[in-house]
Amino acid sequence: MNIVVCIKQVPETTEVRINPETNTLMREGVKSIINPFDMYAIEEGVRLKERFGGKVSIVTMGPPQADAALREAIAMGADEGLLVCDRAFAGSDTWATSYTLAGAIRKIGAFDLIICGKQASDGDTAQVGPGISTHLNIPQVTYVKKVEEATDKMMRVERMLEEGYEVIETPLPALLTVVKEINEPRIPSLKGLMRAKAAKITILTQKELNLDPQQIGLCGSPTQVVKIFSPPQRQGGQVLKGEIPDIAKQLVELLRSEVN
Amino acid sequence: MDYLLNDGQKMIQELTRKIAEEKIRPVAAKYDKSEEYPWEVIKILAQSDLFAIFVPQEFGGTGGGVLDLCIATEELSRACGGIAVCYAASALGTFPIILFGNEEQKKKYLPDLASGKKIAAFGITEPEAGSDASAIKTTAKKQGNHYILNGTKHFITNGGDAETYTIIAMTDKTKGPRGASAFIVEKGAPGFTFGKKEDKLGIRASSTRELIFTDCKIPAENLLSKEGMGFIVTMKTFDKSRPGVAAQAVGIAQGALDTAVKYARERQQFGKTIASFQGIQWMLADMATQVEAARALVYACAREIDAGVKDVAKDSAMAKMFASDVAMKVTTDAVQILGGYGYMKDYPAEKYMRDAKITQIYEGTNQIQRGIIALQIIKELAK
Repeated sequence: MNIVVCIKQVPETTEVRINPETNTLMREGVKSIINPFDMYAIEEGVRLKERFGGKVSIVTMGPPQADAALREAIAMGADEGLLVCDRAFAGSDTWATSYTLAGAIRKIGAFDLIICGKQASDGDTAQVGPGISTHLNIPQVTYVKKVEEATDKMMRVERMLEEGYEVIETPLPALLTVVKEINEPRIPSLKGLMRAKAAKITILTQKELNLDPQQIGLCGSPTQVVKIFSPPQRQGGQVLKGEIPDIAKQLVELLRSEVN
Repeated sequence: MDYLLNDGQKMIQELTRKIAEEKIRPVAAKYDKSEEYPWEVIKILAQSDLFAIFVPQEFGGTGGGVLDLCIATEELSRACGGIAVCYAASALGTFPIILFGNEEQKKKYLPDLASGKKIAAFGITEPEAGSDASAIKTTAKKQGNHYILNGTKHFITNGGDAETYTIIAMTDKTKGPRGASAFIVEKGAPGFTFGKKEDKLGIRASSTRELIFTDCKIPAENLLSKEGMGFIVTMKTFDKSRPGVAAQAVGIAQGALDTAVKYARERQQFGKTIASFQGIQWMLADMATQVEAARALVYACAREIDAGVKDVAKDSAMAKMFASDVAMKVTTDAVQILGGYGYMKDYPAEKYMRDAKITQIYEGTNQIQRGIIALQIIKELAK
């Protein structure tokens, strides 16, 4: 089973500061890590490879330092890393990113499965995975929490919902986005780290991918950031006091007034 | 202090630090209390190739040296000295096979030990033979293609949980120390059973049991090296493993120091943190300096062994003795800095103090180490 795992390098802290003038993230001095949800995608990819054979290719789009994220994935057991890196891709939104990554995956060649984390911890859009599957015209299953069964032709997975889960069977090739319930990412091994250090990372630029210039980078990105703001702090709820029948009455009245 | 570690050693340091913080620290108190063998952590160490560090590449290892093993042991000990010794004791049980095993023995045993599929242990100590190894009573008699072992070993780390044991037994009592031989004994050998598990002051995550041999029959090819080499096997093994005990002591001391510094910065008295009091500052400065001095000595000794320097007995004795004395001192001071909290089991300081004590005792008490050092310097001066 040939598996492609798409990952993203994100700032480590969950409290990223925002530059109030430019409305962009202030990344200076913040350590970069692999997006936590993508760690589950890497782990699932490696586990499927261990069960079915084949190889795991890791793809990321980002600046040259995203090389470190690819090597970390190789240390966990992935076979190769591809860095999609070009100034022409800078400023991509989720549309342009999924278009570009789809182009990079086509370049890798035949694959049976693409796995992504459910969303990135910085942008939190959860759009790139589904976007890639749309560009490649393959089925997608989002929020996967378990792979029940897999063959070289199909896969049956459990898709997490707010209350319970769906069982979905999809033909392959397909794209899955995974949630943290699916596995526990492993600690890399020493031999894996040695392999990762020596690994050759393939760099893919616009020259190799030859994508439509109108659909990449800033000019291929229809998203406009109008305003970024911190949501107001959640206020404490209202506690009703008194005898139970009175509380019930008060509650009904409150709910009525909320509806009206 | 920058010890100018090479890339591989830095890799080991980062990896073991990560495992210690993420996988060992959260469960250290649990195993200290329950005294169960920490199989869940051992499995992670195995998957991370840590048991491969001290095994040559041709037998599934990464071919690392004594310094590599010291770095790993130190980092694991920083989170739990007990779990770290489960690991280090497997190295101790594996060294005799690496140093004295023939090709078949190495091929048969080392790959499973390097992958961590099996854990090793080393058995020399007996109820009446501690530092005086010539008092060993366990015997091995050759009978056709087998040896028959009889006797009892005790205080054996990993005893009962290990699969592969290196056992020292007398093949010819009349020859004294020269009548001792080393054998590989596998768990499950007929007549090989385990006695009681000890209830210990510290390093409680590690198992310590009696090994009982009652007409235990093992194949003759399990003899390591030749008959009469048991003492040499032991000495050469300890030369390699002793810096590991020293590294364990450095790790325990560092862990206690980390705890004390963190606490001193948080604890408020008289409207200030206690870290702002000179009395505490001077204690912390002394502790940090002692830990660094111990680490420098241990690393220097490990490098010397890796470089192939022949006579390291004195230096390795110095490293073990100094680092373990530092560990006892620093962990005691850490308890002092945490005050009443330091004395309580809900806080991590007292465990470091309990774990530190054994490092002054095992693999040669510090009194024995001082004896080795003194004899050597007197000999050198007489030259």
